[in-house]
Amino acid sequence: MISHEGRERYKALRDEISQAAAGWLGRSTKQKKTKEEFWALKDVSFEVDKGDRVGIIGRNGAGKSTLLKIISRITEPTQGRISIKGRVASLLEVGTGFHPELTGRENIFLNGAILGMSRREIRAKLDEIIAFAEVEKFLDTPVKRYSSGMYVRLAFSVAAHLEPEILVVDEVLAVGDAAFQKKCLGKMEDVSQNEGRTVLFVSHNMGVVSQLCNKGILLSQGQVKLQGEMKKVVDAYLRSDDAQQQYRLKDPGQKKNYFTAIDIVNTKGEVQSDFAFDEPMTLRFSFLIQEPANGLQIGIGLEDKFNTRVFTILREIEYFDASDGTVHGEVELPASLIAPNTYSFVFAIWTRSGKVYDLQSGICPVTIHDNGTEYALYEGVDYGNVIIQPKWSSPKA
Amino acid sequence: MQANDQSWDLVIEPGRSEKNYWNDLWRYRELFYILSWRDIKVRYKQTVIGAAWSIIRPLLTTIIFTFVFSRVAKLQNPGDAPYALMVFAGMLPWQFFSNALSESSNSLVGNANLITKVYFPRMIIPASSVITSLVDFAISFLILLGMCIWYQYLPSWQIIFLPLFILFAFICAFGVGLYLTAVNVKYRDFRYIIPFIIQFGLYITPIGFSSSVIPEQYRLLYSLNPMVGVIDGFRWCILGDPMHWQSFFVSMGISILFLWIGVRYFRKMEKTFADSI
Repeated sequence: MISHEGRERYKALRDEISQAAAGWLGRSTKQKKTKEEFWALKDVSFEVDKGDRVGIIGRNGAGKSTLLKIISRITEPTQGRISIKGRVASLLEVGTGFHPELTGRENIFLNGAILGMSRREIRAKLDEIIAFAEVEKFLDTPVKRYSSGMYVRLAFSVAAHLEPEILVVDEVLAVGDAAFQKKCLGKMEDVSQNEGRTVLFVSHNMGVVSQLCNKGILLSQGQVKLQGEMKKVVDAYLRSDDAQQQYRLKDPGQKKNYFTAIDIVNTKGEVQSDFAFDEPMTLRFSFLIQEPANGLQIGIGLEDKFNTRVFTILREIEYFDASDGTVHGEVELPASLIAPNTYSFVFAIWTRSGKVYDLQSGICPVTIHDNGTEYALYEGVDYGNVIIQPKWSSPKA
Repeated sequence: MQANDQSWDLVIEPGRSEKNYWNDLWRYRELFYILSWRDIKVRYKQTVIGAAWSIIRPLLTTIIFTFVFSRVAKLQNPGDAPYALMVFAGMLPWQFFSNALSESSNSLVGNANLITKVYFPRMIIPASSVITSLVDFAISFLILLGMCIWYQYLPSWQIIFLPLFILFAFICAFGVGLYLTAVNVKYRDFRYIIPFIIQFGLYITPIGFSSSVIPEQYRLLYSLNPMVGVIDGFRWCILGDPMHWQSFFVSMGISILFLWIGVRYFRKMEKTFADSI
């Protein structure tokens, strides 16, 4: 069980080394003090019960990793307090402490000790770890000769066989090939659901988080914005200001061809993010082409909350009227097709030969609400991303 | 909600880790063994002659020092032991000290990936690199035995006190090492300063010569270098050279002071290692 209250953390953003160096050169008196206060986390309070699988989500810089770092005692909080019952093990990165010169077997012991297992525990689980990682043949080869896949498999396998009461995980699942990822997910589910461990999980992948966790915490700018059932928290995140409601270009940087603005509008031309199932949705976008190329086209994709593509539509650039610099375009999506749920868009400009000029994903989140389909009864059940009107028949023999 | 301390296994709050520090250090002893084992294991990986390096380096330096100080500078050994043996009895602890210093000062930076990812008492890392140097020391000690046989020299009875002086050398290396490690995390300048300190120390420490060549009135001042006491002690143990006890206690006091400062400074800086490394 973890209980967590009013914990705050202070970070002084300053470059002491250069300041000290300046001090040695006798310039410090002339220099203005450049201290700036920044709270990575402030007034964050929550409680986690035994056996809960908690997903912690939020935008980059929301304080997720800092929170995990404090819970796993890597950094000390400036204020507040965390009380924990049970052994905590953190998986902040697979393969932490692997030494390239040591063999697979030696690294299992080393890594296990670093993650907090005793030698006896490791010895007891050695066979299981090796079998899970599928590296039997190379056990006595230095890991520097391993393929990256083998390396990651071995590393995850050690971590997966830890038996702490509380497991803290930070985005480790984005490793290995698809088959191994699936195996990892299975193991994670096993650990949390069947063995009753408490898991704290940080991820950007809403799909994995929703699958794995039953409770969620949404962090925004160092504060808890929402906590509760995972599904609700994910929905809130997708619709929050944190995910951009409308896309507006801030800084093109080095980009030559790019989108400047993207909106989702209703039939009256008003920007909207909630649509009824039978309401047509229009994407209105503007882009700039400064570097014409052969086969240049724009593509728009719709993704569900697990980042699975629902559909993709393409249009070559010549289609649009580019007479006055910025190009404006609109596309109306058919109504009564996309199933009620939460989605986001992907916008891209690229050439047919594969050169990508601009790629904006996870933008313009929309929610489609059920307003009376025959599936309304099944809200929350995954019945697919589209609702189609098929032609049924029942021919006689 | 006021959580009762007894019902929780772990309470994290500012300053809390201070209180449990030594307990934690004990709890993580297994990690300490395994990190030391790792450092020893990888130390001479992918070298052709491996651990022979820990014999060759002190041996060659001893030969050169013996030639320079005994033949060229014509210095005398106050005791009756061969000059080379006297040089080596000083070289042995000095090599340990300088190895420990350079290894431990880079140890935290070299293990940055561990420090930013996992919690454990950070003192384990420099400690395990000092232990690695101690293993090197044990190997070089074999040469001393070899030299005694070569010169047909029987060490004096005081050699039974040698473990005490090894401990003294350890305290000295660990204290200074801890301090330098902690500073090195923040100010990488020390990466360049440490080799310089070691080179400098090689000449101001009585390795190629006996500390008895130092004029009596400067003797106490000279023993502010803690390694002076260690080396004098080694020579007293092995060769039965006369011991200047007064300066020995000064050296010992200084190295205990260094240890105290080292531990304190290290623990003060420890909290910010993960952020500043």
